[in-house]
Amino acid sequence: MENKKGFNITFYLLILPVLLWLIVLIVLPHLDLLISSFQADSDSGAKIFTLENYTAFFKSKIYWLTFINTAAYAIGITILAFIVTFPVAFYLTKVISKKYASFLALLLLIPLWVGELVTVYGWMILLGDHGVINEFLLYIGLIDKPINMLYTNFSMSIGLLYISMLFMVVPVMSTLESLDDSLIEAASDLGATKWTIFTKIIIPYSMPGITSGGIIVFMLVIGDYVAPDILGGKSSLWFTEQIYNEFLSTFNWGEGAAFGFLLLMISSSIIWLALKLTGQKLERVGS
Amino acid sequence: MIRSLPNSPLYKYTYRFYVICFFLFLVMPLIAIAVLAFNDSNFVALPWKGFTLDWFFANTDERTGLLADDGLIQSLLISIKTAFYVATLSTVVGIAAALLFEEEKFRFKGLLYFLALSPLVIPGVILGISILLTSTMAGSYLEEHFGWEVEFLSPSFWLVVLGQFSFGATYVMLLVGARLKKFDRTLEEAALSLKATRLQSIWYITIPFLRPAIIGAFVVAFLISFSNFNTTIFLIGSDPTLPVDLYSRIKFSSTPVLNAVSFLIVVFITITALISLFINREKK
Amino acid sequence: MSKILEIKNLTKEFKEFTAVKNVTFDVDEGGFFSILGPSGCGKTTLLRMISGFIKESKGEIIIRNESMSGIPPEKRPVNIVFQSLALFPMMNVRENVAFGLKRQKLSKSEIDDRVSDMLSRVSLQGFEKKKVTELSGGQRQRVAIARSLVMKPSILLLDEPLGALDRKLREHMKIELKLLQKELGTTFIYITHDQSEALVMSDKVAVMNKGHFEQIDTPRNLYKNPKTAFVAGFVGESNRLELKSRDGDFITTKDGWKLEKKGLDFDPEVLYIRPEALILAPTEDLIDISRFHVKIRTILFDGSNTKVSAIESTSGAEILISLPQNAKFENLKEGDTVEVGINYDDLKCY
Ligand SMILES: Nc1ncnc2c1ncn2[C@@H]1O[C@H](COP(=O)(O)OP(=O)(O)O)[C@@H](O)[C@H]1O
Ligand SMILES: [Mg+2]
Repeated sequence: MENKKGFNITFYLLILPVLLWLIVLIVLPHLDLLISSFQADSDSGAKIFTLENYTAFFKSKIYWLTFINTAAYAIGITILAFIVTFPVAFYLTKVISKKYASFLALLLLIPLWVGELVTVYGWMILLGDHGVINEFLLYIGLIDKPINMLYTNFSMSIGLLYISMLFMVVPVMSTLESLDDSLIEAASDLGATKWTIFTKIIIPYSMPGITSGGIIVFMLVIGDYVAPDILGGKSSLWFTEQIYNEFLSTFNWGEGAAFGFLLLMISSSIIWLALKLTGQKLERVGS
Repeated sequence: MIRSLPNSPLYKYTYRFYVICFFLFLVMPLIAIAVLAFNDSNFVALPWKGFTLDWFFANTDERTGLLADDGLIQSLLISIKTAFYVATLSTVVGIAAALLFEEEKFRFKGLLYFLALSPLVIPGVILGISILLTSTMAGSYLEEHFGWEVEFLSPSFWLVVLGQFSFGATYVMLLVGARLKKFDRTLEEAALSLKATRLQSIWYITIPFLRPAIIGAFVVAFLISFSNFNTTIFLIGSDPTLPVDLYSRIKFSSTPVLNAVSFLIVVFITITALISLFINREKK
Repeated sequence: MSKILEIKNLTKEFKEFTAVKNVTFDVDEGGFFSILGPSGCGKTTLLRMISGFIKESKGEIIIRNESMSGIPPEKRPVNIVFQSLALFPMMNVRENVAFGLKRQKLSKSEIDDRVSDMLSRVSLQGFEKKKVTELSGGQRQRVAIARSLVMKPSILLLDEPLGALDRKLREHMKIELKLLQKELGTTFIYITHDQSEALVMSDKVAVMNKGHFEQIDTPRNLYKNPKTAFVAGFVGESNRLELKSRDGDFITTKDGWKLEKKGLDFDPEVLYIRPEALILAPTEDLIDISRFHVKIRTILFDGSNTKVSAIESTSGAEILISLPQNAKFENLKEGDTVEVGINYDDLKCY
């Protein structure tokens, strides 16, 4: 509406709750996070400005190793999620008939909505030394003593992949759905090999979906706590665990805020980079 | 490659095999949970010792089934209550945001929209700790300067609701906004031309058009809240939600009662999903 | 007759583009006023300013001696019938028509009466409970019009309301609309790019081009005496010939065709000739006409609208001539050469 006069009430009625939401729950908290990360309690209990929270991070090797490890894992899992799920997304949209596809697509959503606590618990049951997989392999005689899978980086990766990969499938499927089959038929008609069709047509076409999915997967993995904590080993280097410790065990909120801010910085900058590289807008990620 | 193009059998079967493996991978943990929920054993592990419903109904010294497990029932109820409030609040504000960004023009719209989308890319942990920091700060400020003790500013039920709402509203906004994009704006203009006020035109024309999306968004917000752990853990007071309760039990004392409650969640989600599939079929 | 609407120097600028330029006109109470122009010329923009959906950049809109500046659409005594009709899909026919009355908090019995009355006026009685998606194009059209008219607006604005109908139905609705307007006495402002709609229905027509008005006149005058080259070309069918020079009472086209045209006091650039203004085989006694010979190229038979495509003998210029369907020219055939005449007045030079 361009003619503003007379529409004011509606406009304010709409913008007021939205402003409250964004200012009180998004802007102020993140400002506070930034400020807190530069604060510490003085001996008298008053807040003072300090860089200590950050220097603690850079001085301690374990912290920044964890930080780098987490970021590297998050990138790795994101790529893995793409590799694992893309053929499935393609299969469901382009290969099998629509009737089965909608049923199978629904199946994809169930683990997503069940929530990670439940699914991570499921993996714990599966992967333990006396877990379902080991017991089964022992039973059929393929192994004679349990393979140690739980509490390793392997089990952690499985868990992270499992809880995040479906967020890749959904946006990729929705872009693939809009890909006209005749494009692939035409390419094939012109003598293109499967590989050419895949790299020259299908992948470029689904890039928006892949980017959206990749960003969500990355964000979920880098910020996840449950899978590394429950499935990862004692020595698993996961950065959110440090943040949890600072806030919930050692109550060093200043340092926790600094860590949180660093996590926010690295995830935002990698996401920003991904958006720049693929020439996309944040708006697309939501759709 | 696609339906209409011929493929070698090897390609076809390899591909099919891969997809089957993927779905096995997908359902394996859920099936493991379900099966062990009925295993007549005190440990969450194979071997299979026979079928039992103990983990749902028993109330003995050795076994506490779901119905007898007051703590678990309590956290389940808290989760449902939380999810209901979160979904309601998110739906109302999310609809307002969708209408605002789709239909109004104003200064700083781009910035505001960016902020509204940001919860999509902010890890839940960060939302949790920053809301915790702010609420604590506000709480101690109010107490110091006014002597007020505002309960919901310290970790509590309502703080959890606020924390989950902070990103729930984004999802509602996106889902409702997607449908609003398909809305023929001249319908609103027609209502205005028929002397409805702007609010009436939203109420009588736009909202009925959005109804399916609003219902869907409410369900989504409910489920997001119901399964959230990362943000909740920082804001929780003395009463845990189900995921938080599950977490501490998994870490410290898992018995098959966890399978029982997880199994029920899976069943509930499956039924919800089937209903949504059914409704979508109906519409076509 | 009193003026119901006065538009003064109305202008609408979008970012870099001026959609409506300095438009001034007024509309008589109870009149049927059309705005005719090619698509994209700014008609809808003008209408939306009158209805209040967009704010004018400059100028003034006065309805019944009251300035509309700053008055929101729901407070203006006008209603619109939209190009897309914009029927509410979630409501049935009755609910659509009653929508506006309900917003005015009228009593239920009054709403019922007015809705029923309006539905019968547009011959839709019996369709009250139908979903609007189940109606035919013409019925949907009538619901849209009834929905607006039931509000008893001072002015009804119609934005190409017949655009979506097929040709037969459009012809029919043209007549219905005109009769409905006469019967109700509501002032109509009707937008269209179809000259026949404008000419058939209107008391007055404004021809719009690239955001400004070229001419406001009665349909007859518009047709007979187009004031600008654009109007001559846009309204009705014409032969368009570019001119090279004028020499006293003679003008010469680019093709080199020299024609007599008395009474010119400027050097025109272009000449328009209506096919029906050309007289085949004029008798000797006709005066004040230009005479020339053409060779028939082909006959384009179209019933009462039959024409011949011909070539002027001296220059080879191509022209279309209306062929009256009477016995006199029944034997005319390709290759024939005939004399043609035209009144000086019918040589429209710009
Ligand atoms: N909101 C707008 N912003 C910029 N240009 C516009 C806008 N609305 C219309 N226009 C332009 O104004 C011109 C006139 O549009 P319109 O009034 O719809 O034409 P008509 O109804 O005669 O076909 C068009 O060139 C169109 O592109
Ligand atoms: Mg138009």
